[in-house]
Amino acid sequence: MLAGAVPLVGGGFLAHRALPHTHGAQAAAAAPPAHGAAEADPGHQRVGTGQHGHGFQQGRTVDHAANGFNPTDILRDFDYGKTRRLASGRVLREWEIVAEDKEIEVAPGVKFPAWTFNGRVPGPTIRCREGELLRVKFVNGSAHPHTMHFHGFHPDVMDGVPGVGEEIGGGLVQQGKSFTYEFGADPFGMHLYHCHTPPLADHIHKGLYGAFIIDPKKGRPEADEMVMVLNGFDTNFDAGNEVYAVNTVGFHYQNEPIRVKRDQLVRIYLANLLEFDQINSMHTHANFFQYYPTGTSLEPNELTDTIVLGQGQRGIMELRFPFPGQYMFHAHKTEFADLGWLGFFEVED
Amino acid sequence: MEARGALGDEAPQRGESRSGTRRLPVWLLGLIPLALIAIAVGTFAGLGAPGLGERPGPPAEELVVERTVLRPGEIQLTVRNDGPDAVQVAQVAVNDAYTDFSAGSGEVSRLAAEKFTIPYDWVEGEAYEIFLLTSTGGTVEHGIDVAVETPQNDLGFFGLMALLGLYVGVIPVTIGMLWLPFVRRIPKAGLRFLMALTVGLLAFLALDATLEGLEVVREESGAPQAFGGTALVFVGAGLAYLALAAVESHLEARQERARAGGASGAHLALLVAVGIGLHNLGEGLAIGSAYAVGALALGAFLVIGFAIHNTTEGLAIVAPTAGTRLSLRRLVTFGLIAGAPAIVGAWIGAAAFNPSVAALLIGAGAGAIVRVIQQLTPSIRDGLGRALHPASVGGIVSGMAILYVTGLLLSA
Repeated sequence: MLAGAVPLVGGGFLAHRALPHTHGAQAAAAAPPAHGAAEADPGHQRVGTGQHGHGFQQGRTVDHAANGFNPTDILRDFDYGKTRRLASGRVLREWEIVAEDKEIEVAPGVKFPAWTFNGRVPGPTIRCREGELLRVKFVNGSAHPHTMHFHGFHPDVMDGVPGVGEEIGGGLVQQGKSFTYEFGADPFGMHLYHCHTPPLADHIHKGLYGAFIIDPKKGRPEADEMVMVLNGFDTNFDAGNEVYAVNTVGFHYQNEPIRVKRDQLVRIYLANLLEFDQINSMHTHANFFQYYPTGTSLEPNELTDTIVLGQGQRGIMELRFPFPGQYMFHAHKTEFADLGWLGFFEVED
Repeated sequence: MEARGALGDEAPQRGESRSGTRRLPVWLLGLIPLALIAIAVGTFAGLGAPGLGERPGPPAEELVVERTVLRPGEIQLTVRNDGPDAVQVAQVAVNDAYTDFSAGSGEVSRLAAEKFTIPYDWVEGEAYEIFLLTSTGGTVEHGIDVAVETPQNDLGFFGLMALLGLYVGVIPVTIGMLWLPFVRRIPKAGLRFLMALTVGLLAFLALDATLEGLEVVREESGAPQAFGGTALVFVGAGLAYLALAAVESHLEARQERARAGGASGAHLALLVAVGIGLHNLGEGLAIGSAYAVGALALGAFLVIGFAIHNTTEGLAIVAPTAGTRLSLRRLVTFGLIAGAPAIVGAWIGAAAFNPSVAALLIGAGAGAIVRVIQQLTPSIRDGLGRALHPASVGGIVSGMAILYVTGLLLSA
């Protein structure tokens, strides 16, 4: 609670110095839990709701503790694995990832029988550096056969598809079995991984996917980095989604706006893993971003405020917020926005 | 032979049992099986249904939206649980957008109903699709075909419904009864034809009511099925038929007026009035509920159509009284019995429409009419005792045709 309050008070100070007449009062008012008694934690400030506002029934949130993950934490949670240097001088980076069946709450009060990597949806954001050797030990603890299929360069036996590589224990990984995928980190960019067991739509929409980031050798400029996996849930199994979201929980970043610093470079690793109605989009309010499709180039190809992504399509967004305040972002497919894919940035000085 | 044999078999049994149960009073003998079944059920339930285990699969969630009320800036849904398990409604979306809402706990237990109030800026004349998302991720969909503000249940509204009932029920029936002088003067054969015409009218009404009742409670209409569904129409019909028969026999016994040719004229007229009254109750229900959901414009055409349609019902009441002297007061009473239920029906239909109750009432109308037809049949017999002679068949067909043709006015 204190940790949440301190930067906010500090923000009030800074705002007062910078813009004493306009924004100071607003920021100072925000220092105590400003949005009513319902918010015990000042870090949780629901915005943009109220009568005729967007969102679920007011005053209800998802039990993140029971889920075992919080989308706010998933944003900036990068899993670098364990490294050691090989005799050749090359860095070996290793992970162990376990498939697990788990019921998760995707909207307040709504449970979904998910299939997860490491107990969360999206799975861990695997992050490495261009040129490294990667080993991902996949343990199938689920009641169904699964695979891990990475987007990137690798030999066919490491592709994580049924029927290929089974002679070395790959292909379809049966219940209780494991397999270690090994390949080089190449090419740099924003990639992804997902299960490739048929029927594919089921194995993807149930939650078996995650972001896979390969940093360029020289790195990227210092920034506040975050991962957004656009997804949805077909809770009634009618091949259409009832809940749309960024990082699983509908309207989460409306209930807990993403805190960023004014004028700081924000880098968003964005991927669309939406199943069924797969054309997704991203729109930032009151701002434009530089867009790097698939993140495979260090030069942006567009300055825009709206992009469209097919399933599996991804990229990197870079932007700065010039003004403090609350800025909406959402799918510019309005139906998705109305059904949960909508959030806010809270920009502080 | 059979009966005597059975009695003969019984006699020694009784003799045997007398010695064993001599001291037990009769009421206790009646209670023993009940007590045993209570103990068995209690033990079975207390042990958690040994050997049977849990019902397999996820909980069955069956919710039905029983009533929709639209107020400015607000949609209210009364949702009934039509399935075997309690259902927890977690979220509500209108036109594919989640929205705030208020409800008790959101949990609807078996057969219970819960009211959901959704703040929503709906637009008159537009259609809305609502879905309730349950805790297991299931959805219950409900459509509002044409959004129109639900009438407030104030005095003015009840007055309007009363006026409507008067227009379509009491007035046309009373006007139809003015055929009485005509009925009194026509020859016997003509009267038989008129009675057959009445039977035709009633048969059409019975059929119409049955179909209407089935339509109201069928699953596709969104009506709950746990209370019996379409069976309620037949339950209502059976109850009304039996109730009417019981009342008749009671009256006959009291008046000691058993006749070979059937009941007296006044008696028959009363029966017809009661049957038609029950039918008009159903008609009022339909009008009131359609008006409440904005599916009915109270145009002059509707009232004219119903008036012509229902005038023939007045004829049906007076036809049996051709040979009987009746006071004006009695005739007015018959008119009210037949027509006034339309007013009551319109009130119930508009203010507290419930498909299960409506089906029961509409079915009762049909059952009552069937009983009335049965009572009228002796009066259409000709000199040879045939009920279906050419004249009566002509009358029956004419009666059905009249209602069919005047009914066409209503669908326009």
